Formats: sequence, structure tokens, C-alpha cells
Amino acid sequence: MDATVDVGIRHLGFTRKPDGWVTRLFDNKAFLVFLCLLPSMGLLLVFLTYPLGLGIWLSMTDTTIGQPGQFIGLDNFIDLMDDPVFWMSVTNTIFYTTVATVGKFALGLWLALLLNHHIPFKAFIRAIVLLPWIVPTVLSAIAWWWIYSPQFSIVSYVIVDVLHLRSTYINFLGSPWPARWSLIVANIWRGIPFVAITLLAGLQTISPSLYEAALLDGASGWQKFRRITVPLLMPILAVALTLSVLFTFSDFQLVYAITRGGPFNTTHLMATLAFQRAIPGAQLGEGAAIAVSMIPFLIAATLVCFFGVGRRKWQQGEAND
Amino acid sequence: MANVSIRDVRKTFGTTEVLHGVSVEIEDGEFVILVGPSGCGKSTLLRMIAGLENITVGEIAIGGRVVNNVAPKARDIAMVFQNYALYPHMTVRDNMAFSLLLAKMPKAMINEQVQRAAQILGLMPYLNRYPRQLSGGQRQRVAMGRAIVRDPQVFLFDEPLSNLDAKLRVAMRAEIKELHQRLTTTTVYVTHDQIEAMTMADKIVVMNGGNVEQIGAPLELYDHPLNLFVAGFIGSPAMNFLKGKIAGGAFQSDDGTTLPLPAGPDGSDGKPVVYGVRPEHFMLSPQGLPATVHVIEPTGSETQVMAEFAGSPVICAFRERVSARPGETIRMAPDPSLVHVFDAATGLRYAA
Repeated sequence: MDATVDVGIRHLGFTRKPDGWVTRLFDNKAFLVFLCLLPSMGLLLVFLTYPLGLGIWLSMTDTTIGQPGQFIGLDNFIDLMDDPVFWMSVTNTIFYTTVATVGKFALGLWLALLLNHHIPFKAFIRAIVLLPWIVPTVLSAIAWWWIYSPQFSIVSYVIVDVLHLRSTYINFLGSPWPARWSLIVANIWRGIPFVAITLLAGLQTISPSLYEAALLDGASGWQKFRRITVPLLMPILAVALTLSVLFTFSDFQLVYAITRGGPFNTTHLMATLAFQRAIPGAQLGEGAAIAVSMIPFLIAATLVCFFGVGRRKWQQGEAND
Repeated sequence: MANVSIRDVRKTFGTTEVLHGVSVEIEDGEFVILVGPSGCGKSTLLRMIAGLENITVGEIAIGGRVVNNVAPKARDIAMVFQNYALYPHMTVRDNMAFSLLLAKMPKAMINEQVQRAAQILGLMPYLNRYPRQLSGGQRQRVAMGRAIVRDPQVFLFDEPLSNLDAKLRVAMRAEIKELHQRLTTTTVYVTHDQIEAMTMADKIVVMNGGNVEQIGAPLELYDHPLNLFVAGFIGSPAMNFLKGKIAGGAFQSDDGTTLPLPAGPDGSDGKPVVYGVRPEHFMLSPQGLPATVHVIEPTGSETQVMAEFAGSPVICAFRERVSARPGETIRMAPDPSLVHVFDAATGLRYAA
């Protein structure tokens, strides 16, 4: 089109004015690519690369609050190797992530299957399901803290005063194992909506005619679930699982708001311990080292989730619709 | 193999009745096509035979056994879905083997059955592919293969060709018909395409608005449509309808043109009727009546002419090549032995 216009103009005896340098610059593909990438690159640099880089740098210094530190190599990490509290936080984190993820996915899948049926007030119920996820975590953590309170716990009230199953109130957060399980229950409660809604979206992409075909092929309800639903849900399950593991592994708010790592540091996760040492404990370098040691775990978890249950062979190949 | 009896079957969804008492007898080994416009209830009827919809009133029997309360898997039927419903996460082999696997058939026998079906359908090279890696026609064949391996008493097809392009559709039409001739399994096939129905069926069931309009062999429906709906639905291009009345043993159209009637009972002068002529039953003739040409479409084997005849627009198909230009007048006449007359009030065939 440009060419014809050009020819037309020349024909009339005009010559086209040469382009200015600005125009030529914006016609340059490399410059345009750079320009379009700039905003996201800037954001990533400022909010991702810089904090990460700073964290890694701090982990190799003996910085404390108010005192710029010296580079000490891997001393922080070597110290952590002999730190029983750090190792407990590692096992706590792995246990917390594993149990909570299994719980979230079991209950979330069950909820998604229920919501995938035609039930009255479906939209309303789906909205309610999302609530735990929408409420700010600290708010719900405080609510859980009340539920777990040694004196005002509604759970204890129901068990002791209504059902008379026990004679004393339960000390949820007072000893290590009850406290860990209490945190896991709160985390599952908070994580279910994300899993349920994601898997529900996945379920709705499965064509109903596949279930009809399976019905005619003689599949029972369980066989339909195992042989149609589960394999077809795998791709979205992989994504949800990866995200959920990452969120749970790096969880901070729930634990910090409910137990603050107590009693006696037995419920610390790596994230809360890192904060505890770095800010209230003022040992910025040591806190950073704990935070940095989460990175290999997170990368490993991501790889396992993504390649373990990720893209299947049947999804590849030419689409031919 | 088995016959299928559909006896006064009704279906209601909520308060809406979509099938108003349908009865069809399907003989053992017959290829029956349910045809009708969208929403006529043909797919619902098929799904009721399959057991995917329950039967509100009436009964359906397969091989003499009433199946109203028999689970789909126990009905010994196989169905090919419109979108094929292939399991995307299984290879062609596994798709076909799935029902046999669920039936706990020994591995060796499953293999044998799958091989047999794959050979029949020419799917041997594709057994290890996933549905995504197949073309539309190949997927269609896998869907049929999945039905064949079970060796069922009845095949059910729900508009299986509607997702294919025109050329492939014609090819698959022949393939399905050939398959039926080879396996001679009772087949119930749903389509909205009357050409598919005409070319493939032993028997056609024309449905409209939840009722059966006519049941018969393809040419029987073509030659003797029982009512205006069937007359208009079967045949392409569709039958031309001229409105008018009977006057003096002949047909007089609304604009006063008189056309000959076939031999039959007369003496009902003044009765309003519809005069039906198939496009190919017009003949060019110098003694005929004038028709103003609107459009001429030569297809090579025949020439289709859209014209104004006896006050109505008509479509004619002539074996001859017509050289008239739009706006010119040609002279033509219907073959009186091949015209159809319908009662204008009831729509039923008149003087049958």
C-alpha cells in the first residue's frame, strides 16, 4: 500500500521527505524489542533480582541491624549445619508442606467434584467456598488463634461443655505436636479454595460426552473417575500442585500470627525462623542465610511437581481441529 | 444382532414434552436413519435407546428385551458420538480396547479384537497415536472402531459426519454403508442431512417437532410423501409448492393458471390444495406454460433454473442445457403423473 502511494506521489512530481532519526529509531526492530521489554525488565530487576541478590549477598556477610557487615563466605551456612533449631525448622517445613498439600488436594478435589454437579444455589456456594482465600491471611489467622485459644476455644467449648466428651479444655498450641497439627489444619482450610476452584475449572473442561462414552463402555463411577477424570485433570493438577507447594513451603503469615514459632521454636518454618533471626534477633546475615537455604528446596519441589505430573505425551503433537 | 422396538415413547424435560409418542420397529440387521430438522427429538430418541436419557412413558425393547430399566452398559449397544468422544489421553489402541478392558476380557482376546477392528477400518498404522495426532476422518474411524470391537447387537450413530468437510463426508458415508453391509449389525443413525439419509438408509424415519411424520424406504418417501413436511424435507433441491384449489378436475393456482392433476378421485371443486412438483419433474415443452427465468445455474450434468411459474417462484432441474438468459421466458410443464397434491388445510397427501 505504501508503495502505491509512493509511486502516485512521485508521479505527481513530489518527492517524499526523508524520515527523521526518531522515525528511523522506532522502525528499528531491536530497539522496539528492547523498548517493549523495558517495563517488565525494570519491574523484575527492582522487585525480584535486587532483593534476591541482596539476600544472597547478606547471607554471606555478618551484617546485623545497624551494622554493615563483612564478607564471611559460607560461615553462616556452616554455622546453620550445627543449629538444631534450623534443622527442626527444615523438617517442620517439609512435614508441614507435605501433610498440608495432601490434605488440601484431597479435600479440594472432593469439593470440586461436589461443585461440578448440578446443585441448587451453585453460584452462591462457589462464592462461599472462595471466602477463606479472599479473607486476608492475618485476619483468618487471628480467627484460628481464637479457635485454638486455651480458654476461649469454640472447639474445646463444644467438646467439653456441649458434648461432654472431655473434662478439660484442649491445649492446642501449648505443646509441639498439637501445635503443628493445628497449624496444618489452618493452612489446609486456607488452601482448599484455591485447589477446589482450580480443579473445578479443570473438571469443567472435560467434555461430558467422554463420561457418556465411558458409561456405554461399561465404566463404573470409580472407573470413570480413575480412568477419565484423573488423567485429564493431571495437567491443571500439576500447575495447581506446583503453586500450592511453593506457597505452603514459603508460608509465613499463618504460623507467625498463630504461634510465632512457639512453643520453644518447635513450630518454626524456615520462613518464620529467617524472619525471627533477621529482624527481632537483628542477625540479618544469619536470617538471610536461612532464607537462601530455602531456594534449593523450592527449585527441587518445582521440578518434581512440574516434571512428575506435568505435560503428558497425549497433549503434545499437532492439534488438528 | 437384534431388532429394536420403540413403542409409543414419550419424553419430557421438566414440563416440556419433546417426544409425543413415537413408535418405530427396527428389523434385525436393518440400517435405520432418524432424520429431521434440529430440535425434532431425533437425538433424544437415540440417547434413549442408548440409555443416556431415561424414558418418560412407553418402552424400548432391544432383541425382545425391554430395556427401560437396563443400564447402558448392559444393553449391548455401541454408540458413535457427534464429537467422537475419543479419550484424549489414550492411544487409538487403548481407546478401542477400553470397553473390553473394563469387561475384563483376557489380554490376548482384546488384542485380537482391536487388530480385527483396526484392519477393517484401516487403522493399523495409527494404533499407537493419540487422538490429537489424527485427522478428522481418522478420528471418526477410531470412534467406529471403538464401537466395532465390542461386537454389539446395535450400533447407534449420533450425527457422526457433521464435523467433517464435504468431501470427507461423502467418503465416510460410503465407508459406513460398506461397513454395515459387511457386519450387518442393526444400526440406528441420526442425521439432519436428508441426503445422508437417502443414500445410506434401508429405512428412514422422518421426525418433526417430536412426532414421526413418515417411516419408509428412501425412494418410497421420495415418491409418495405422506404430507407436506416430508415432501419438503426429502429431496434436494426441495419440492416446489404452488398454492391454489381444485377446479373442474384440474388444479387452478392462485394466479389463475390451470395445471393438470394426476388421475384420481375428483369432484371436490373449490377445495384449497397445495400442488407439489419436484424440480426434476418439470419438462421443457413448446406447449408448456411460460416461466420467467431469474437465475440459471448450470452444474454440467443438469441445469437448475430459478424461475417465476404460475405466480410462484420455483426451482427446476433440467437434463437439457438451457440457454435462456435471466429475464427471458421459457415454456415448461409439470409431468402430471409425477405431481403431488396435498390438502392445504391438513397438509396431508390428497387423493392418495
